[in-house]
Amino acid sequence: MRKLLIGNHALSYGAKLSRAEVISAYPITPQTEVVELLSEMCASGELKAKFIKVESEHSAMASLIGASAVGVRTFTATSSQGLALMHEMLHWAVGARTPIVMGNINRALAPPWSVWTEQNDSLSQRDTGWMQLYAQNNQEVLDSVIQAYKVAESIDLPAMVILAAFVLSHTSETVEIPDQKKVDAFLPSYKRKYKLDPTDPHAFGGLTNTENYYELRYKIQKAMEKALNKWEEVGKEFEEIFGRKYGLIETYKVSDAKNLIISSATIASTARNAIDKLREKGEKVGLLRIRVFRPFPAKKVRGILNSIDKAVVIDRNIGFGASGIFYQEVKAAMYNEKNTPPIFGVVAGLGGRDVTSKHIIEIYEDTIKKNKPKSDIIWKGLKE
Amino acid sequence: MSKKSKKIIIYKKEKELPPSAISFASMNYNKTGNWRNFRPVINYAKCTSCLICWKFCPEGAIKLKKTKKNNKEVIKPVINYDYCKGCGICWEECPTGAIDIIQEEED
Amino acid sequence: MSLKIPEEEIMSCGNLACQGCGANIAMRHALKALGRNTALIIPACCWSVIDGPFPYSSVNVPVFHTAFAAASSTAVGVKAAFEILKKKTTVVAWTGDGSTYDIGLGTLSGSAERNDDMIYVCYDNEAYMNTGVQRSSATPAGAWTTTTPANYPKKNQKKDIISIMASHRIPYIATASVAYPEDMVEKFKKAKNIKGMRFILIFCPCPTGWKYPPQFTVKLARLAVLSKLFPLLEIEDGIKWKLTKKISRPQPIKEYLQLQGRFKHLKEKDLKEIQDTIDTNWELLLKKLDK
Repeated sequence: MRKLLIGNHALSYGAKLSRAEVISAYPITPQTEVVELLSEMCASGELKAKFIKVESEHSAMASLIGASAVGVRTFTATSSQGLALMHEMLHWAVGARTPIVMGNINRALAPPWSVWTEQNDSLSQRDTGWMQLYAQNNQEVLDSVIQAYKVAESIDLPAMVILAAFVLSHTSETVEIPDQKKVDAFLPSYKRKYKLDPTDPHAFGGLTNTENYYELRYKIQKAMEKALNKWEEVGKEFEEIFGRKYGLIETYKVSDAKNLIISSATIASTARNAIDKLREKGEKVGLLRIRVFRPFPAKKVRGILNSIDKAVVIDRNIGFGASGIFYQEVKAAMYNEKNTPPIFGVVAGLGGRDVTSKHIIEIYEDTIKKNKPKSDIIWKGLKE
Repeated sequence: MSKKSKKIIIYKKEKELPPSAISFASMNYNKTGNWRNFRPVINYAKCTSCLICWKFCPEGAIKLKKTKKNNKEVIKPVINYDYCKGCGICWEECPTGAIDIIQEEED
Repeated sequence: MSLKIPEEEIMSCGNLACQGCGANIAMRHALKALGRNTALIIPACCWSVIDGPFPYSSVNVPVFHTAFAAASSTAVGVKAAFEILKKKTTVVAWTGDGSTYDIGLGTLSGSAERNDDMIYVCYDNEAYMNTGVQRSSATPAGAWTTTTPANYPKKNQKKDIISIMASHRIPYIATASVAYPEDMVEKFKKAKNIKGMRFILIFCPCPTGWKYPPQFTVKLARLAVLSKLFPLLEIEDGIKWKLTKKISRPQPIKEYLQLQGRFKHLKEKDLKEIQDTIDTNWELLLKKLDK
C-alpha cells in the first residue's frame, strides 16, 4: 500500500510494523509527529504497545533500557537537545546491551535555539556504541527501522535511524508501506538471553574492576564489527522480500568516475541531481553515500576511493577544533592505503542553511580545480 | 541461609565472560567473619528466645535453631561466625543481657 | 512463639555493607516481606556496591543497576515489560536519599504524577554516603558532612520529601524505621498489594557517616521515632495522613544527637533550636492528620 508520508510518520510506521512493545517518548520539535501518530495507533489498538509519557528524554531512554532488559522490543524518537539530554543513558543502553531502536531527527543544537537541520546532535554521540544510519528519503526511513531491529537484536546493540529536520521529517513523499505479514516473517519477535527474570535471578551492571571491564568493552567493539556484515546481509534479505535495495553505502555513477562526491542523508540525494548536471558537462563524477556511519564501513569506502583521482566530502556538521566529521572518518579509512587520492572537506548547511544542487556543483567545480586541500575545512556559503 | 555452592569465578579468557556484567554466583563466598574485632557470644542460660537479635542482625547471620523440649518447640538463635561482622547490634539490643561481646582472637 | 517476620532469609550473607549498616537491615526485611518474585532497580547509592561486584550478587532476586537519576524511570520500563509478558513481578526502585531527594527528584515526580506501578523505596541515611559522606538535601541542619563541616554548616532544614510525595496524591506513602521491623514488614506487605505508585521512606542510621559505634544503629533508629524526629506514618492518596505509632511520652532529642559524632560540635543553643524545630514540625503534622 502506498501512502503519502512525512518522514516522521515513516518512523512511526516503521515502529508499528516492527511491533514495538514499549514506546517511551518526550516531545521535541521536529519529532512530535512521530510520537503523536504512535500514540493514536496505540489508542486505536492498531499497535499493541505500552506508551509511557515520560517527563524527560533521559527518562525515555532509561525506561526503554529497563523494558529491553526484561526482553521486549522498544522504540523512541528524539532530536538535538533531547538526544543531548539522553547522553548518559545512551552509554547505559550500550553497556547493558539493549537493542533499542530510536529515530533521531537531526536538528541543530542550542544555543542559540534553532529547529533546522544539522548533524552535530547525532554525530556527537558517535562514540557511545550506538549504531547510526543516515537516511536520504522517507521510504528509507521506514525500511531502515525494520532492518535496524533485525541487526540490533542480532548483536544486542542499539541503533538510531537518522533523518533531517523538516527536509525529511516534515516533507511528504510517497512511501510503500510493507505488508505486516511479510515484516513479521522478516522480523520475528525479540528473544533475549540474559534478562530480568525472578525465576533465574541475576544482577546486571554491577561494579566491574580492572580485571574484567576491558574484555566487556572488547565484546562491544566485536559486536559492532559483526554488524558490518549484518547490515549487508539484512539489506540483501530485505531486497529479496520487499524489492528495495540497501547496504552500508550507496554509490551512484561510480563505475567510470574519476572524481567523487561523498556525503550522507539529504545532501547525498540532492547530489545525484548535481552529478547528472556535471556529467552533462563532461565531468566523470560519481557519488558515494555513506548510509551506515556506525559501524564505519571503512572497507567499503576504501573499495570505492582506491580508484579515484579526487574526492570531496560534504559535511552538514562540524567537529569543533578539527573539521567535518565524515571527512575525518573517510580520511582515516584511507590513511594507510597505497592509492589514497587527495580528499577535500567542505562544511555546508549548518543550522539548516539550504544546500542546493547549484551549491553542490559549485563545491565540486571549486575543489576539483585544486591539486590538494590547503586546509581541513572549506566553508561553503559563508557570509564573508 | 542458603547452602548454595560457594563459587568463586575467575575469568581467564575473554570468551568466558558473559556479554555484559551479569552476576553468576553468590556473595556468600565472602566470609565477612574476618571483619570482626569483637565477637558476640550468646549465653543460653540467659537467652529467653525473644529472637530480637535474629530480628535486628543486618547480615542475617543469626540462624534459628529449632528443637523440641517437653513437646514444645524451642527456638534458639545461633550466630554464624563465618559471616558475623561484629557490629554489636545484637549485644546492644538483647533485653536480658544474654549476649556478651568479647575481643576477637588474634589470627 | 509466632514470628511476625517471615523466617526465610532471601538475602545471602557476605555482602559489602559496613558493620551495623541500617540500609542492610532495611533490605533484609524488605525482601522477606516482598518475596522472591521481586525485581530491584538500584541507582547509584550504597547498595550499588553492597550487593557485590560482578560477577556476584547477594540479594537472590533480579537486580538492574541504573544511573543515579534514573531509578523510577528505569523501573517504569521494567514494569511495563513485565506486564506485557504477563508476569506479576513486584518492581521495586531501591534508592538512597541522594537519588530521591536530589538528582532523581524530577524523575521521581514524573513517575508519581503518572502513578507508575512500582514500590519506590528510599533508604535515607541523610547524606551521599557511598561517595564518602557529602551533604544531600536529606542531611539535617547542623549535621557534619565533608561538604558541611562545623565551620561551614548546612543551615537549611532537611527536605520534606513526604509532603512532596503526598502532594502527588499517590495511592500509598509510608515511613518506616529499622528499629521497628515488624511495622516495616507490614507496610511492605500492604504496599505489595496496592497498584500504582507506592513510596516507602526508611530511616537508616549509618555508623560510618553519622560517626557512632555500629552497635547503636537500631537504638538511634528507635530514638529518632520516640523523639518525634521521624514520625512513623501512612498516607492514603496523599490526603489521609495517619500516624502508625503514637508517641505518648516523647523523648528529648538530646540523647539522639549526643550519641552521634556528626552532631558533637553543636552548642546548647543549637540543640535547643533543633528541639524547637522538631516540636513545631510535630504540631504541623498533627494538623494534617486525618480525623
